[in-house]
Amino acid sequence: MSPRSKHEVQQGRLRSPFHSRMQALDTLNTWHEWKGYTSPDALYCEDLEYFAIRNSTAVFDLTPMTKYRITGADAEAYLNRLLTRDMSKIAPGRVAYAVWCDDQGKVIDDGTIFHLRKGEYRLCSQERHYAWLLAAALGFDVSIEHETEDVAALAVQGPTSASVLRNLGVAGLDELKPFNLIHVDFQGEQLMVSRTGFTGDLGYELWITPDKAEALWDALFEAGRLHGIRAIGTTALEAARIEAGFLAAYHEFLPADETVRTGRSRSPLELGLDWLVDFKKPNFNGRRALAEEKRSGSTWRLVKLDIEGNKPAHNAYIYAKARGNRSEIGFITSAAWSPVCKQNIALGTVRTPHGKPGSTVWVEIYYQREMHWARKMAKAMVVDKAFWFPPRRSAMPPGPY
Amino acid sequence: MTDRYDAIVIGAGHNGLVCSALLAKAGYKVLVLEANTQVGGAAVTREFAPGFSVSACAHLLYQLQPEVIRDLSLRVKFASEDMTTIALAADGKHIRMRGDSVEGVSDDDAASYRSFDKRMQRFAKLLRTYLNKTPPRLGTRKLRDLVTLARLGFDVRRLGKTEMREFFRLIGMNIHDEVDERFESPTLKGAICLDAILGTHLGPRSPNTILTYLYRLAGNGGQVAVPLGGMGSVADELASTARSAGVTIRTDMPVKRIVVDNGRVRGVETSSGESFESHNVISNADPKRTIFELLGARHVETGFARRIENIRMQGNAAKLHLALDGLPDIPGLMKKDFAERIVIAPDEHYVERAFNPVKYGACSPQPVIEMTFPSFRDSSLAPTGKHVLSAVVQYAPYASKDGWSDAARDTFLKDVIKTIAAYAPDIESRISASELLTPADIEREFHITGGHWHHGELTLDQFLFVRPVGGAAQYRMPIDGLYLCGAGAHPGGGISGAAGRNAAREILREKS
Repeated sequence: MSPRSKHEVQQGRLRSPFHSRMQALDTLNTWHEWKGYTSPDALYCEDLEYFAIRNSTAVFDLTPMTKYRITGADAEAYLNRLLTRDMSKIAPGRVAYAVWCDDQGKVIDDGTIFHLRKGEYRLCSQERHYAWLLAAALGFDVSIEHETEDVAALAVQGPTSASVLRNLGVAGLDELKPFNLIHVDFQGEQLMVSRTGFTGDLGYELWITPDKAEALWDALFEAGRLHGIRAIGTTALEAARIEAGFLAAYHEFLPADETVRTGRSRSPLELGLDWLVDFKKPNFNGRRALAEEKRSGSTWRLVKLDIEGNKPAHNAYIYAKARGNRSEIGFITSAAWSPVCKQNIALGTVRTPHGKPGSTVWVEIYYQREMHWARKMAKAMVVDKAFWFPPRRSAMPPGPY
Repeated sequence: MTDRYDAIVIGAGHNGLVCSALLAKAGYKVLVLEANTQVGGAAVTREFAPGFSVSACAHLLYQLQPEVIRDLSLRVKFASEDMTTIALAADGKHIRMRGDSVEGVSDDDAASYRSFDKRMQRFAKLLRTYLNKTPPRLGTRKLRDLVTLARLGFDVRRLGKTEMREFFRLIGMNIHDEVDERFESPTLKGAICLDAILGTHLGPRSPNTILTYLYRLAGNGGQVAVPLGGMGSVADELASTARSAGVTIRTDMPVKRIVVDNGRVRGVETSSGESFESHNVISNADPKRTIFELLGARHVETGFARRIENIRMQGNAAKLHLALDGLPDIPGLMKKDFAERIVIAPDEHYVERAFNPVKYGACSPQPVIEMTFPSFRDSSLAPTGKHVLSAVVQYAPYASKDGWSDAARDTFLKDVIKTIAAYAPDIESRISASELLTPADIEREFHITGGHWHHGELTLDQFLFVRPVGGAAQYRMPIDGLYLCGAGAHPGGGISGAAGRNAAREILREKS
């Protein structure tokens, strides 16, 4: 795409470079808009697609995910000021989960930062942040380039994904630890493979120039033919995301720059991301506010809930007690029945001091049965760990399923 | 060699001197580092031609706060006090304004001016109370902030129902609409407009020009004075007060950077490579220079850096100095009138038209001018029988679209002299030397970003709680140990000393 047309307002939804291949597999024709692109909810059956993630290999087109290339002499110093975690520990060839805040210590977004080569980074996120990234660049020798359209990306997730990639001819998988990345050759073009994903399972993400997107897809599906490879849509991924306990913007938090009312944004401490905030760094965006919050206590706490029964607790209020004086203490932000855990799971936000791991809360679930509404107070246990965290996710070398 | 101080003040501008003297009086060991060879910043008297001296930047004193004079026991001598403003009219029917009276206009206008001045003075008095207070922070639960805020609300309410409504109606408005509604004399309208726009990047029809007008009145009720020996004498008096309180002032010491260690300020390093240590660094420089050039944006957070970057501070005021063989002849003026403040803004449209080109990076072909002849009452400034003219000339762009070259400056100078010559036909023959400082020159010589007097436009979005920017209005910058004490902080520019005094109070409060 020419540099000029890139900056013009696009009309109509964009088609990802994998669109033709997804369309060929599509039988449902349910698509939604994702950051300007058209993206499938599901291609043939959301349940089967979900089980592809957990039982074989699922392929998800993540080209629409926002990507920025950050380069320049001050790239590391820049990112250290932008992100809450210590970027000096993220060596070239490593990927890190990261979160970034405004001056009030409220989360603008979370994402992954790829240290591609020394001093060369890619920041991936749900939302667009070009203006903020440019403002953060004042006084730094860095260049920030929006490269969403310049990189075609696929998530290849599931227990057989390592075998599929081996069949594809990707060398060095045995040494590729979780959150590592390597560059390999694919038909004369550079293919980046990172052991990352949004499913909480064994899985990889592939990054290549859009020109080679269709060839990569074809080769990948050929390589995965005997390993149950399936293309999937967003619905299946969303279920896996909740099982893995991952956060999503507009669910677990609102980007701070999108909120108007005070108290509607969340700090990393309120999202259970304390481990991502490195107070040893002398300065980063939000440091002063977060240090104050750490001292005086947070208002909110993110909880992972294991709820009794099998009715997903969509949009439910959370209470401390089932009856009596029961003012609500929070609400559910994401909920699902987890087929693989056989649990009724949810993520939610509650006021402190409620929601300590191991404590019990109550969730008010409304559900409809033959038009009539029913209400159920369901007991829920606050759990500490992700609902789904199989050993194969981080096994070294990855298992040959 | 490294010396330790309790506080280091960057810049010996008048606010820096006030702040340093007050800190020293409270027992601090204070060092002031000034980049120029003279103290005073924009308050200096300088020889611009052999034998001819002039206040090189600020030339009229209308805001020096009585609180500052009292706290530091200052003795300022004046060449002229409570000056009359003479607004020159194209037809020679000049008008004279002083206090609430205006001569040379119709009785209706004179009466209308009295009521206009009464109202403006009332509002200015309200504003004046807050010049010497630390603005409250919004959204905190600190008692002090809440009390100040409540008192502000109470003071506005106390104006009375009608006046409060008028206050809120006027405060964001433009001066043109107000004067156009009240007066018929174009000269009077022009002169009031000039008072509202001087030193700003605003025209009479720009919103906020009532506020800038009030700000000018707030200092001292609009009374204008010229200090004996030029503005430098005020700075010298401040410097000697500071020195006798124990302040060390070192000139010719440009600070290269503020040293930061582990998230707090540790001192400063000068261009000559000397280091000075202190846990308190107080910058008299403007906010942009302080954050971007001295501190480094990376030591503050992004939102704050972005707000500082977005401060509007493009100066439009040029400074003209003329060495004259003798007083020019201005038809319609008597000789004693040369002791007064003389303005060229013959009507309100003239002022607005002068503003138009500067929006596009060009100079006004017919500029607005405020001039004085300081040597008329002060023989120290010029050889006997000779005189200097000191004038503020608007509008000259900071960022000239063709760049500021000597040729561009000469062209503008010709236009300015031509404009003066329309009222003083013999001026050109009297000139023996001249100096014109454009906003770009002012930036270079006085180290003010954008060459803006106020270190940032005085508009509601950069005023009181949000001056210089939201979250930093109480003189503390968001890094431990760094403070702002110059015009960029509340209340703003003018030789008032209020910002320096307020900053000193905040620093001392921190300690106790």
